Amino acid sequence: MSGLWHGKILMLMVVLTVSRHSLPGTNASTGNGTENTITTLPIVTWKWHHTEGPYLVALWVLVSWICKLVFQLNPALTNVFPESGLLICIGWVLGGIIYGADKVQTFRLQPFTFFYYLLPPIVLDAGYSMPNKQFMGNLGAILVHAVIGTVWNAASLGLGLWGCWLGGAMGHLNTGLLQLLLFGSLIAAVDPVAVIAVFEEVHVNEVLYIIVFGESLLNDGVTVVLFNVFDAFVSLGGPAINAVEIIKGIISFFVVAFGGSLVGIAFGILISLLTRLTKKTPTIEPGFIFVFGYLSYLTAEFLSLSAILSCTFCGVFCQKYVNTNMSEKSVNTVRTTMKVFANGSETVIFVFLGISAIDPSIWVWNTGFILLTLLFIFVFRFMGVFVLTWILNQYRLVPLGLIEQLVMGYGGLRGAVAYGLVFLLDENKYKEKNLMISTTLLVVYFTVMLQGITMKPLVNWLKVKRATTDEAMLAEKIMNRTFDHMLVAIEDISGQIGHNYLWDKWHNFEEKWLFRILMNPTARKSRDYIFNIFHQLNLKDAMSYVQEGERRGSLAFVRNDSKADVDFNKQFDTDFTDMPDIMGPDHIPVPFVLRDSVPSVSLNMHEQDQKMRESEDFNAHHLLQQHLYKGRKQRHTYSRKQPVVNRDEDEVQEIFQRTMRSRLESFKSAKMGVAQPKKITKHSKKDQTEKMSNGKPADDSKIHSYGDEDFEFSEGDSAGDAAGGSFPMAAYKGGAGIVNPAYMAEMDSNEPMPPMPQIPPWLAEAGEDSSNVAPSQRAQLRLPWTPTNLRRLAPLRLSTHSNDSFLLADSPATQEGTEPQPPLPLQDGRGRGTHM
Amino acid sequence: MGSRASTLLREEEIEEIKKETGFSHSQITRLYSRFTSLDKGENGTLSREDFQRIPELAINPLGDRIINAFFPEGEDQVNFRGFMRTLAHFRPIEDNEKNKDPTASEPLNSRTNKLLFAFRLYDLDRDDKISRDELLQVLRMMVGLNMFVSQVLRMMVGLNMFVSQVLRMMVGVNISDEQLGSIADRTIQEADQNGDNSISFNEFIKVLEKVDVEQKMSIRFLH
Repeated sequence: MSGLWHGKILMLMVVLTVSRHSLPGTNASTGNGTENTITTLPIVTWKWHHTEGPYLVALWVLVSWICKLVFQLNPALTNVFPESGLLICIGWVLGGIIYGADKVQTFRLQPFTFFYYLLPPIVLDAGYSMPNKQFMGNLGAILVHAVIGTVWNAASLGLGLWGCWLGGAMGHLNTGLLQLLLFGSLIAAVDPVAVIAVFEEVHVNEVLYIIVFGESLLNDGVTVVLFNVFDAFVSLGGPAINAVEIIKGIISFFVVAFGGSLVGIAFGILISLLTRLTKKTPTIEPGFIFVFGYLSYLTAEFLSLSAILSCTFCGVFCQKYVNTNMSEKSVNTVRTTMKVFANGSETVIFVFLGISAIDPSIWVWNTGFILLTLLFIFVFRFMGVFVLTWILNQYRLVPLGLIEQLVMGYGGLRGAVAYGLVFLLDENKYKEKNLMISTTLLVVYFTVMLQGITMKPLVNWLKVKRATTDEAMLAEKIMNRTFDHMLVAIEDISGQIGHNYLWDKWHNFEEKWLFRILMNPTARKSRDYIFNIFHQLNLKDAMSYVQEGERRGSLAFVRNDSKADVDFNKQFDTDFTDMPDIMGPDHIPVPFVLRDSVPSVSLNMHEQDQKMRESEDFNAHHLLQQHLYKGRKQRHTYSRKQPVVNRDEDEVQEIFQRTMRSRLESFKSAKMGVAQPKKITKHSKKDQTEKMSNGKPADDSKIHSYGDEDFEFSEGDSAGDAAGGSFPMAAYKGGAGIVNPAYMAEMDSNEPMPPMPQIPPWLAEAGEDSSNVAPSQRAQLRLPWTPTNLRRLAPLRLSTHSNDSFLLADSPATQEGTEPQPPLPLQDGRGRGTHM
Repeated sequence: MGSRASTLLREEEIEEIKKETGFSHSQITRLYSRFTSLDKGENGTLSREDFQRIPELAINPLGDRIINAFFPEGEDQVNFRGFMRTLAHFRPIEDNEKNKDPTASEPLNSRTNKLLFAFRLYDLDRDDKISRDELLQVLRMMVGLNMFVSQVLRMMVGLNMFVSQVLRMMVGVNISDEQLGSIADRTIQEADQNGDNSISFNEFIKVLEKVDVEQKMSIRFLH
């Protein structure tokens, strides 16, 4: 926890010290001049002026947080009103008090404070805790809505207002097309702060949430870019704008947006690399994330690229690697701290939005302008959503329904970004700045309060699909997986594979390079959330295991018969530090391997200790979660033609082998009982390649090609390590002549040479001696393994798994694709029967 | 391809299929061309082997079960009508179908029929009950090993790890049959209401009450 506090205090200090200069009402000249000559030594002195600035900031933060606290203590209140609306109301009250006391509004949300201190934490948190898979799966929809939708909103509002202005609906206003377009662009963006605040309370389903949320996050970047472009246009003045300038504007739009994203990704890479090295400094480890996140924001800002996009993508990109690289404590710290900051600044922003309203000097009323703006925003938002979604639905596997579109349109809440931008306007250039400010404020109030409050009833009334509740029952969980598999199969049969080819390519690239480069080889944590829960549960199990052991006396009993159990983790840790030098370029990234290994230890315990039945419910759930095959693809990825197999390679291989085997067996028994497996499988393979109607024969080879790399041990590696007691696998590498002298002799003397060099001896032996009865798992655990009885490994390796495809998946025979597998003696039921 | 297929499919046949399954005309012709491309024997029916040639099905843990679902009991050929009837279970429920008059026979893609399809996937012996063994069989299909020999070997070669450690990891990583058994037991306990230690179709519906079957068992058929 020390890390947590360290980080918090550090950041708070930064915020406090810097923002004192940015807040009006804090006196800039506090530092100097209160030095009176003293006549006697004062015991205490009154130094209010020294501390006034930070003190006020701290007080403000405190007050707004307490408001939030109070609301959350009244569930009756928050059930009806969204929290954001309530905070704005509190802001009004506070603003009224201040105005009453000072007769002038001294507190106001300054754009600088907003953009440099309050916004970055929110954006970073949003990116960092973004559900990556869904985000990427719906990236197309999100981008379309965020870019085209925002441009549409801005343009339509600007042009609409311009038309009405020309028509005289607003009386006399000193404005013009460009200024109105600028206004349109600043108010076009849906605000992530408001949207998150409302949608998180409503719990709509994930797809809807991710689209609205992703859109709101990315379109902030877009809107800032648009704002800058139009601002430049206004400065240039109408006549100076020709086609060249407009094209430049468009180019600048893309450069700024993509440049910002690239800067973010670059910083994401930097963080990931850095966190590989921070193992020795766990206390400041979490701090790096914040500093780099903030730096990515600032860097993009000074390069005049989109800071919001930069920060978002930094978070999105680095989360996976960072979470794997850092220690568990640090990850928790980062998560918590991130939430503290994001939530904190969100609260402050809303309160300030309320306070800012209590200031007569900014209010200018123009009925036409304000009402038309409200109307246009509402109407054009809906139009944009409907049209864009209709286009997207042509390509989506799960089209967005009318109800969902309604909610998306209605969820177009405007917020603090618009407000921050409108304050940036230069009063000399924009004569109607105050009108714009008051309109923006009203739009924000209207959307956040009215739409925010009515959102929940609307969602209820329209019966929008809610986020799925927890899969409380095992049956549901199993069935859900079954559904996934079914759908995939039906899609395959009906020949319409919706799949994102690029996503698959990215996956391969990531597996091959990014994990290797960016992930700490000693990282022992999994990349996914479920594993974390699983890991926690296992830790708990381990604790109760220790308690149980102590109750029985001492843990010494553990040492007696299964020493490796105790030493295992340690050994594992140290061993894995050498990993990268040894592995070839193709290896599966270490964390992947390690992820699997961690639960294994505790599962062992679980099996050994029958007393932990109370946690079994949980474990059963998580076991399933961990082990059930994933559906081949995410159904929400939008449709593309290529039938690319996007699954964990080994898993695919395994299922494939298993299916082929069972088919082979049923074929044999059904047809003639004479095994001619070679011909049959060859035939089917050929058919697949030739006749796959989806026209992508390359996939076939892809499915079968994994075997090769698995056995590429370099000579040096195996020779160097052989002495240490490793299993002499290298000796069997397809007769390639790598001989491990330490074990070869023994093997020769005790065992007949395998009939086929390709088939490892245990397979061959198992084939001959099919009467082997598997010892129970527990018995195997306790078998004393020493190098002298290594020979026995062969049958045991087989028998440890009820699932023979396990071996097939990796036997060298798979190098030939679907070459016939020697029938293996142990079937699920039989092998297990002895110990169940 | 599409034009050839549609010429082979008689217009009245399309109408009948349309009526029975709810697919649109263009969907039917498209699926018919898929059907013919799967039909290697070119005899207007599909055999199990025809299905098994679809490469992706070979890596679907439930692939063979799903193939079986296409075949009526005791038969090993399925014609286009039967093919479409099975696929119709996966057609999304459209809004205008919800409020149809209740006297008409239930469409194939109703919630109940979708669930029945899933239920049949488990219920091998067609006694309208999922027994523990039947559940366990499916579970075994769906449960994988997370660690593979190749990975283990790499570790051993690379790390001087003791074989015992590696073995231990492998044992641990796998869900044992014992564990699967207890999972199956628990699942049945959850669902079983009349204490016969198996899941009847009614119990099955009850268990999946909260699950959004309409969406989870629908795919969008291209036009």
